[in-house]
Amino acid sequence: MAYSVDFNLRPIMELELESLRGDDTAQDSMKGTGLESGSRETLEMEVLTTEGRDRLASQMSDVRERADERSEESIQTNLLVRKRWSTTTLRVLSSMPSRSIGQQSRLEIISQCNIRSTQLRRYHRQTQDVSLSSRPSIRGYGIEADSEDVCEEETKRQELVNNLQSLSAGDRVRLLRATPLSLAEKTKLRKLVFSDKVGQSLLSSQVPCCSLLKRALCHIWFGCLFILSSLQLWQVALKRLGGRFGTGVLSYFLFIRTLLLFNVFLFLINGLFLVLPQAIYPPLHTPSSHRVTGLELFTGTGYLSNSLMFYGYYTNSTINTSCRPDEATAGTGCGTTSDPHMMAYNIPLAYCFTIGITFFITGIVLVYSMSKSFGRSFRVFKSQGNMAIKVFCSWDFKVSKKMSVRMQSENITTQLKELLSEVKGGEEEKGRLSGMAVHLLAWSISLGSTFFCALGIHCFAKYMHLRRLEDAEGEVSVLHEARLLALPGVVSCGNLLLPGLFNLVSWMENFNSPIVRLYVSIFRNLLLKVSILGVLCYHWLGKIAAEPEQHGLQCWESFVGQELYRFLLVDFIFTALYTVFGEFIWKRFSQGVLRRRRKPVFDIARNVLELIYGQTLTWLGLLFTPLLPAVQILKLLLLFHMKKSSLLVNCQASRKPWRASQMSTLFISLLCFPSFLGAIVSVTYTILTIKPSSGCGPFRNLPFMFHSGKQWAQELKSTNHKLAWLNWVHHCLVENPLFLFLLAGVFLMVIYIHTQVLDGQRKTISLLQKQIENEGKDKKFLITSLQAIHEKRQYPLSPSSRPQGSEV
Amino acid sequence: MGTTASQLGKDLLSEYQELTFLTKQEILLAHKRYSELLSKEDRNLTSVPMEKVLSLPELKSNPFRKRICHVFSTSDMKDGSLTFEDFLDLLSAFSDSATLEIKSHYAFRIFDFDDDGTLDGGDLEKLVNCLTGKTEDTRLTPEEMRQLISNILEESDIDKDGTVNLSEFQHVISRSPDFVRDG
Repeated sequence: MAYSVDFNLRPIMELELESLRGDDTAQDSMKGTGLESGSRETLEMEVLTTEGRDRLASQMSDVRERADERSEESIQTNLLVRKRWSTTTLRVLSSMPSRSIGQQSRLEIISQCNIRSTQLRRYHRQTQDVSLSSRPSIRGYGIEADSEDVCEEETKRQELVNNLQSLSAGDRVRLLRATPLSLAEKTKLRKLVFSDKVGQSLLSSQVPCCSLLKRALCHIWFGCLFILSSLQLWQVALKRLGGRFGTGVLSYFLFIRTLLLFNVFLFLINGLFLVLPQAIYPPLHTPSSHRVTGLELFTGTGYLSNSLMFYGYYTNSTINTSCRPDEATAGTGCGTTSDPHMMAYNIPLAYCFTIGITFFITGIVLVYSMSKSFGRSFRVFKSQGNMAIKVFCSWDFKVSKKMSVRMQSENITTQLKELLSEVKGGEEEKGRLSGMAVHLLAWSISLGSTFFCALGIHCFAKYMHLRRLEDAEGEVSVLHEARLLALPGVVSCGNLLLPGLFNLVSWMENFNSPIVRLYVSIFRNLLLKVSILGVLCYHWLGKIAAEPEQHGLQCWESFVGQELYRFLLVDFIFTALYTVFGEFIWKRFSQGVLRRRRKPVFDIARNVLELIYGQTLTWLGLLFTPLLPAVQILKLLLLFHMKKSSLLVNCQASRKPWRASQMSTLFISLLCFPSFLGAIVSVTYTILTIKPSSGCGPFRNLPFMFHSGKQWAQELKSTNHKLAWLNWVHHCLVENPLFLFLLAGVFLMVIYIHTQVLDGQRKTISLLQKQIENEGKDKKFLITSLQAIHEKRQYPLSPSSRPQGSEV
Repeated sequence: MGTTASQLGKDLLSEYQELTFLTKQEILLAHKRYSELLSKEDRNLTSVPMEKVLSLPELKSNPFRKRICHVFSTSDMKDGSLTFEDFLDLLSAFSDSATLEIKSHYAFRIFDFDDDGTLDGGDLEKLVNCLTGKTEDTRLTPEEMRQLISNILEESDIDKDGTVNLSEFQHVISRSPDFVRDG
């Protein structure tokens, strides 16, 4: 629902070759109403005499009255449009400030600009989104005659120019840009402003030397902006998709881009602080013989298991940078420790801190974007009806293809009809009971299938572990390695098939509104993914990590990392296969066999949940596989292009209405709450409670992973007394529950204060609305009295000379 | 000052960049598209007639295309023809970086079919007809139309004069989060 036309200014490949149909809805737009205001008098009005004018005016108001009667019969209060007004009254009506804002009255716009520039000058603040309100106290000009008008305009313009000159250059540019004048006018104003100040313009040719510097900086700045804007990823592709499919589908691709940025950040931080140091100073490992088959790339075993990818590679020592790489050993490190130029890099500490800081920053960014999203989509008066909003704001001007335009019209019609029927209200009684039964059935089917799926995965995982133990005793073969991919395959199958079942089930249900249907579908899918991930986490952290020897593992962290790597990869493969074959085949099926004329629709909710699932896996695996974000980045890049091509070939825009901003809020909050929170909880649980394996990894000799941080704190206390207070701070704040209680109390108070402020604002708004309504009544009263007086003077003996009292 | 020269002067370009919400690249592309609209015979014209503008693929299917041309046109003959600067105004108002104020101002003028400065019942009816399309099965019945218009006026007409003026319109718009969105 974006209010912007996408002028894709490259030659467009597909041109619609149909003739323009005459659009008669806008043809009467240029029929002037004959209401004079300054320069907009029609020719006819000039010729007629006063009585003639009255006649014409009454004719026109007759016409309008008939139109009004057709469309506004029920409205009683429409005094100001229906009566036969005299010319004077009409002139006064048309020049009322509230009505003349919208017209192309330059005077009004310039005076508004004036006011704003004065404000700017006084407060040196940026221009806010000040609405052009009609405050009668400020604008007392009556627009009566042409000559006065021109004079008025000139003085106003001069005043504006003076105001503009006293502003800073940045403010001036911003103000001029945001004024709704035509470009020709703005150019004139700008010339006037700049003509008095020679050489002030940054881009003029005669420049003293310091302006040269400014000019160079300006050029550099614009150049940078240009580069930045051209670097914005996938800009052209996104515009094209938005134009064809609308903002709903676009939000899915924007979500991919957001996730990509998150993963790039994760990758950079991890790579810089963790992977790079370890890569430069690799630890000594006994070289193990592995046959290099291509399968290692998929299973993560073989030569990959002793590589930078997984946890097991990292040493538990401090790297001293003066060492030569082949001298670095596990233990105390080489060289003399008293060398002051040597830099010691403690790998376990770096591991702990890097992961911790990454999660912390990601958490902050997520919460911030979620709150911003909420702020955008939540409005104070949400409970009121939104028909006006729907009519004024729902046209998506970005859409340019004829089919999509037609689809949008159908969409809007459906929504309007639904809203109207909602307002009419009333449900049938008899349908209720059977509807409830259907709902119950649907819910039981979905919950049951989710439960059985989770149970199945649990049992299958146990079975696979047993098989793996058996295989480990025998010799390693390709089949055994391939069996490692079985569990991920089964899980991905479940992830793909069950949402289809949910769709089927919800198709037979009857919902009050499509938005409820969407929420229910999202909830069911979410439940499925959460239960699957829960079962898997229980397996990995609860069973395997607790008793690694029972499962035959020396290095359970590497194993879990490999599992997550496999899951991510297999998920991607299945998605790719489904996109290429599934959607294509479904399209053929639905068009060939089911004989539907329309192509299938892109299921946004389901695809977004799959993205969130993938991102959860990445976050879970970050502790065990520091390079997992790189895999996710590649996956997202490929996914974007695949989904885009599939969309363009197989699908079409959805008929269902899609509230873009509310859905984006929902997706970001889903990313934050179940997904990120779950990952954080698992990682924290791992760090705090699970014993690291003793054979590999940076934490191999410690009882718990976070002990590395504790040890470092102890060392710090003994070696460097200046930083000992850090330890004290840590002891007081993090380990003391009282502090957390206080913090929670403060947050609750802040929330309470905000709700009270919101409440107060609501009350103020309703009071102001009442006040405006009363002033409207005053206005009506004055106009009718004016008319009555005029009539009395013109027709003193006519029965209609009775003054019309004001009506409610 | 509309230019039909094949090259846009550097000063002019930077001036346009300062006064509109468009980037340099967008202005150059706009100039190219605009020059394509002018056919060979009328090289000397400074404004493009409305029919040519309406043939742009981005505007062709838009139900508001004629109103858009009329609103942005500064020609004295009120025929909806656009000079290059009007064209830039159009693109600037519709660009992603335009402020809410600009967009709502122009949206109001586009929806004001009879150009009287307010949206009364007739304007609203024409607006809804534009939104719902031409075909018979998508149009609203007269009764539904009446109810819709009365609901709209009830929600947005604060001073109860039977019309929606610019302030009330902007108030309604500011409540909708979907009105100004990027991407």
